[in-house]
Amino acid sequence: MRLRSILLGATAGALCATAASAERGADGQLNILYWQAISIMTPYLSSGTKDIEAASLVIEPLARANEKGELVPFLAAEIPTVENGGVSEDLTTITWKLNPAITWSDGTAVTADDAIFTWQYCTHPEGGCAQAPYFDDVSNIEAVDPTTIKITFSVPKPYPYTAFVGAQSPILQKAQFANCLGVNASTCTEANTKPIGTGPFVVTDFKANDVVLLAANPNYRDPAKPAFANVVLKGGGDAASAAQSVLSTGEFDYAWNAQVEPEILAQMAAGGKGEVISAFGTLVERLHVNQTDPSPSLGEERSTRAHPHPFLTDENVVKALSLAIDREVLVETGYGEAGKPTCNLVPAPELSASPNNDWCLKQDIATANKLLDDAGWVMGSDNVRAKDGKRLSVLYQTSVNSVRQGAQALIKQWWNEIGVEVELRQIDGGVFFGGDAGSPDTLQKFYADIEMYADNFEGTDAQRYLGNWVCNETPGPANQWQGANTSRWCDDAYDAEYATMGTIAGAEARGQLAIKLNDMIVNAPGIIPLIHRGRVSTKSNTLGGVAMNPYDSELWNAADWFRVK
Amino acid sequence: MLSFTIRRLLFAIPTLLVISLIIFLLLDLSPGDPTSNLPLTIPAEVKEQIRVSLGLGQPFHIRYLKWLQQFFVNEPLNVLEQLTGFTIGDSAGRMRVISWQTRSPVVDLIIQRLPQTLWVVGLSYVVGILIAVPIGVISAYRQYSWFDQIGTFVSMVGFSVPTFFTGLVMIVIFSVHLGWLPSIYDTNLRVTDLASFWAQVKQMIMPVMVLALYNAAQISRFMRASMLDNLSQDYVRTARAKGLRERTVVLIHVLRNSLIPVVTVIALGIPNIFSGAIITEQIFRVNGLGQLLITGIQGADLPLVQTLTFIFAALIVIFNLIADLLYGILDPRIRYD
Repeated sequence: MRLRSILLGATAGALCATAASAERGADGQLNILYWQAISIMTPYLSSGTKDIEAASLVIEPLARANEKGELVPFLAAEIPTVENGGVSEDLTTITWKLNPAITWSDGTAVTADDAIFTWQYCTHPEGGCAQAPYFDDVSNIEAVDPTTIKITFSVPKPYPYTAFVGAQSPILQKAQFANCLGVNASTCTEANTKPIGTGPFVVTDFKANDVVLLAANPNYRDPAKPAFANVVLKGGGDAASAAQSVLSTGEFDYAWNAQVEPEILAQMAAGGKGEVISAFGTLVERLHVNQTDPSPSLGEERSTRAHPHPFLTDENVVKALSLAIDREVLVETGYGEAGKPTCNLVPAPELSASPNNDWCLKQDIATANKLLDDAGWVMGSDNVRAKDGKRLSVLYQTSVNSVRQGAQALIKQWWNEIGVEVELRQIDGGVFFGGDAGSPDTLQKFYADIEMYADNFEGTDAQRYLGNWVCNETPGPANQWQGANTSRWCDDAYDAEYATMGTIAGAEARGQLAIKLNDMIVNAPGIIPLIHRGRVSTKSNTLGGVAMNPYDSELWNAADWFRVK
Repeated sequence: MLSFTIRRLLFAIPTLLVISLIIFLLLDLSPGDPTSNLPLTIPAEVKEQIRVSLGLGQPFHIRYLKWLQQFFVNEPLNVLEQLTGFTIGDSAGRMRVISWQTRSPVVDLIIQRLPQTLWVVGLSYVVGILIAVPIGVISAYRQYSWFDQIGTFVSMVGFSVPTFFTGLVMIVIFSVHLGWLPSIYDTNLRVTDLASFWAQVKQMIMPVMVLALYNAAQISRFMRASMLDNLSQDYVRTARAKGLRERTVVLIHVLRNSLIPVVTVIALGIPNIFSGAIITEQIFRVNGLGQLLITGIQGADLPLVQTLTFIFAALIVIFNLIADLLYGILDPRIRYD
């Protein structure tokens, strides 16, 4: 009898324990540190990663990509496809069904009207919405019934998962934002900093550029989640001390973006309080090779299609430049866990990553020299190769950034070894990336032979990104130097192939096409891919459930995070 | 004295207007705007739309006059309304100075940040003065003694080693190795009982000491030099000859006279308290005005930077006047009329 009651008691106790740990708010407080402090809680008025990720704790899209790059429904009941009838056969409409179990944190129902309002909010001509491209080609959004949203596109959209998909494009509550359309967007301080959402947390206090306090959403769809009752989202400081507060002092559970020299990070991680986590998305550090002549003597016509580059249009030269680079060393010195060598422009997701290019991964000075010798570039007495009176001398520019400048110095050394003269130039990031048509130093003007920066695409579909390489994207005086084809590489075969991407649906087929297009670009002289860059953050050993997502917000699954006991 | 003050105050108005124009021009001509930090995935036409929505599409003089109206008319009216509870005119339609980064009124941000800065930076100034004055006095009185040598050494170290270095060294020692003090300032801490008061003290020790060392180094040198000047004066010999106690001679006669230039230096340093300690606040993540300014600069948040810089400029002008007036009060030989 006594034994039985003890056993019963023990079983009941054990049950209670499991029940307690699966209860909302049972794990107390979660401390997150973003060294770039949070300014605002809506992605539509800011495109800073930090703001988008902070907002993802509160407001949610219909669907987003998980850590593997697959779409998972959030507010939607399921992902519409052509097969299940959600996407029309002619690829011009997509119909989303809302999950009826989901309500706003104030208890009211999420309806199709909220989605329609969000579209109007972001496409208002005076609003200055940062995420307007998510609604490109959307001609109409209507409510079929209160829980069904039908989006109509003006052109066939083989990849229709743009509007309301991903952390950049969440659904806002119409009731809260109704007076914030257009010019009024920035006067709605209360709504912009404390949006009502459907996510696992609600904002309780917001101090701009400092700290955001959040509490578990009492109306969250899963009654057992989130495990944490409160979140403190602190901002400020620098990347190194942020990592330190997780790895060495243990004051924080999660610190975003550990952009720190690899050896320093390893030293901190040796403390054993936390670990460095990384995930690889689509960001690639690359060299753009100017296919047009940037020589100042051409005046207004420099760096335009009218004058091809004297030697960088030669495949052999560019291939030699690529082979001379030791990407492993660049990773070791500048990126550590946050980088790996790549020869691709589209490195992820798996379906779109080309397996065909690995010739550049190993440094091969001998082959590089041979390529140049065979192409007729003869080494001169000054250790610079020349042919027909043209010297292999390049101006190589990038933005002011210690990692980039380190890489620049190394690459200069390797290129000198194969007889290429290199002049380095660094431009302030604000100017280089600023796109100001009046400035001669923007990456679009490209008044240099080679330039280095990183670029990526949001989400998992590469269409728009690959579209940067078509001929009419070339920046020039005619389009006020706007346009994404900075290399000025132009191939009609590529343009034709790219056009088919606008008609083919289905992840598998689109992946195949992306690989084909990627291979065309990376084997042409317009680009030298260098490093596939990942996201690196640090997390405490006591924090469980983290699935680092390179395609969406790092905090995308904060509802599943818990305290390891 | 009064007419001097009024004359100076009136003269301050055009000075401040010119300063505000220069700040506005400098910010306007500097490269980069809030859209230049946006990721490359955002197309150029969207960037242009954002620029227009922020008011950047308007010509320079319109933007400047708008800011003047917002800052000198709308904001004071708003403060008046909040203080008195009256509604003056069309208060809802009145445009306030809005920060581009946070889309909230700049003045509200500043009011939110001011207490932390006053506590941390202000306290460090007070602590610095309390350390510096005795060190300066003793160093001068016992010139070239071991105390003077050590004092000189410490103030040279405090003066020449930057705060970002001392701050990080303190974090490594007291937070990482010893684990005594938090490395991150908890800006949500409310002091309600003894335990939270102790937590507040603990998190303030490091930033306050780092800044106090720096301030003390400067002021103690001024104090020492000024004491040395006075110690060799005739009136000191007279005081001693009168048979006054050495204590009275040094602390009443010499110290009082030596404080005159030091008080001016201290008064001129007060605006620096308000401008915060950009680096120290950033290192310890104190949400003060310095940190606000640096995030504003990084995000090219022009209205915020413009307003903050202008307030600092105004404070400097005002405290310069106060220092001049103090001089007159402390030293009866100086009269402005």
